[in-house]
Amino acid sequence: MSHWIILPIVLPAMLAPFIVLAARYHIGIQRVFSVAGILAQIALAIGLAWQAADGTVTLYQLGDWAAPFGIVVVADRLSTVMILLTSVLALFVLLYAIGSRWDERGRHFHALYQFQIMGIMGAFLTGDLFNLFVFFEVLLIASYGLMIHSGGNERLRAGVQYVLFNLIGSTLFLFALGSIYAETGTLNMADLANRVDLIGEEATVGIRVASVLLIMVFAIKAALVPLHFWLPSSYAEAPAPVAALFAIMTKVGAYAIIRVYTMVFPPELEATAGLHGLWLLPAALVSLALGAIGVLAAKKLDRLVAFSVISSMGMVMVSIAMFTQASITAALYYIVHSTFAAAALFLITDLARAGRRDLALTPQPVIAGATRTAGLFFIAAIAMTGLPPLSGFVGKLLILDAGFATDMATWIWAVILISSLVSVVGFARAGSVVFWKAQSIDPIDVEEGVDMTPPSALAYTAVGGLVAMLVAHTVLAGHTSGYADKIAAQLFAPDAYMSVVLDTPGKLSDGSYEDGEEY
Amino acid sequence: MEILVASAIGILTAAGIYLVLRLRTFPVILGISLLTYAVNVFLFASGRLAVGAPPILRDGVEVYADPLPQALVLTAIVISFGMTAVVVMIGLGAFLGSDTDRVDDPAEDAS
Repeated sequence: MSHWIILPIVLPAMLAPFIVLAARYHIGIQRVFSVAGILAQIALAIGLAWQAADGTVTLYQLGDWAAPFGIVVVADRLSTVMILLTSVLALFVLLYAIGSRWDERGRHFHALYQFQIMGIMGAFLTGDLFNLFVFFEVLLIASYGLMIHSGGNERLRAGVQYVLFNLIGSTLFLFALGSIYAETGTLNMADLANRVDLIGEEATVGIRVASVLLIMVFAIKAALVPLHFWLPSSYAEAPAPVAALFAIMTKVGAYAIIRVYTMVFPPELEATAGLHGLWLLPAALVSLALGAIGVLAAKKLDRLVAFSVISSMGMVMVSIAMFTQASITAALYYIVHSTFAAAALFLITDLARAGRRDLALTPQPVIAGATRTAGLFFIAAIAMTGLPPLSGFVGKLLILDAGFATDMATWIWAVILISSLVSVVGFARAGSVVFWKAQSIDPIDVEEGVDMTPPSALAYTAVGGLVAMLVAHTVLAGHTSGYADKIAAQLFAPDAYMSVVLDTPGKLSDGSYEDGEEY
Repeated sequence: MEILVASAIGILTAAGIYLVLRLRTFPVILGISLLTYAVNVFLFASGRLAVGAPPILRDGVEVYADPLPQALVLTAIVISFGMTAVVVMIGLGAFLGSDTDRVDDPAEDAS
């Protein structure tokens, strides 16, 4: 049994208390350990992704207890790609936080950051629904701290909303888990898949309720309309690097839907057939449209970016809701794209703060470092709105193509194309007001306590790195979408995953190591 | 006993949802506490209600209570307790900073 799989969770779990206890007053040492931790995380993620690339599913049994009674951590193609995505994103965001000195504006940024990474990694790796809940809580409690990092009234108020909304979400999650356990007697995902399949036609009421409750919880995380209300103000008010890291948090919800609703409640399962497609696809289309309208209507740059996140999550969910192999492939390609694009835009929004009174979409004097910031905004906006030549366009094409196979094709095409146009208009207007019209304003009131220090080179490097990831995702689109197709193929043949989880021998409930067959 | 437990969960949930929909921080936090109590009892009941049955293996015992929900409830209690403490602190900070404990956005920034 390989112990490497648990390391992405254990490493930040050890590093965070070390940073709090040993390096509490030395921001320099905190930075070194934090960056080193994330670099090690990337190396681990590459190793695990390499291991899973040929389709191997690796299992780690905690305490050596056999599933379904023991807790398991499972690494397959999907989880390893998600942890690789998280660690690469975390590196650039961390570099930005250091470069822009956001980490000095409050205490314990680096420790909370590591805990946040731990929660996200755990959520991607766990093979057990209750542990998914626990890791959701770990990542949420760290995110509460990060969200209100460096304080301020607006931020605290947005923080209260964010925490309350997520607490209600967690309660719902527990209700869902309770109903699932009451119906099936297990919470291990592989075991659950077997048992849900056995439920007879006459007793499906409980499991149908549980399945809808569960998808609602994940939809809250994925900010699907009408459960998106927590997102705009919390993302807009959160410190920029935190908002950029949160770009992966909505994807945790999308990941959970992909994982649970391809394995435990697959589309062809009789007990829940037609239960999700009925409203998941319309809700996703509404999110997409509403996000685009929000982009057009936003009066501040940070809110505009937050609404573009809702729109791109709508796009991801449209693709997931079709539940075909082609559509999951498209969704995975788009998830990677949208994570980097959203993170880059949140950081660029912060860069645009240098020398502006606020982020309102009104002409204000030229900001410090305007050329570079404007250039980066231009590229990231092209990516986010899905214009050629960047990866947003490729992802959108894949989704549109997958849409052909469904009977909602007209709706999918119409909503995606029109909302893209609306987003383009919204971003073009924002860019021209913030960066272009600034040229015609006299820089008279610069002295009014506005900080005109240009952002540091490290901050630009970090944003540049994210943009470079988007470019790489476009240039290597053949490879990345090909691999996404392999991931989807593995997801639609969950038997290999289930047999690895359930058939690997381990310690039994009486403490013996006997062959598990007759037990 | 089933009726008692079921109606307790129902009443707690209903009261919790009503309070969560209020506009001020304090009732909302109380509502969330009630919801977490409700969900804890619900989780406990998800392993079937059994009176006087041991949850661990023993010689000569035929009827067992399901031990797993008890472990789940412990985890859920710890997490919800911690989360409530966090939200009280953040809510208090927001109230002291802005002199209002409303949870909604002020009208001018709801763009």
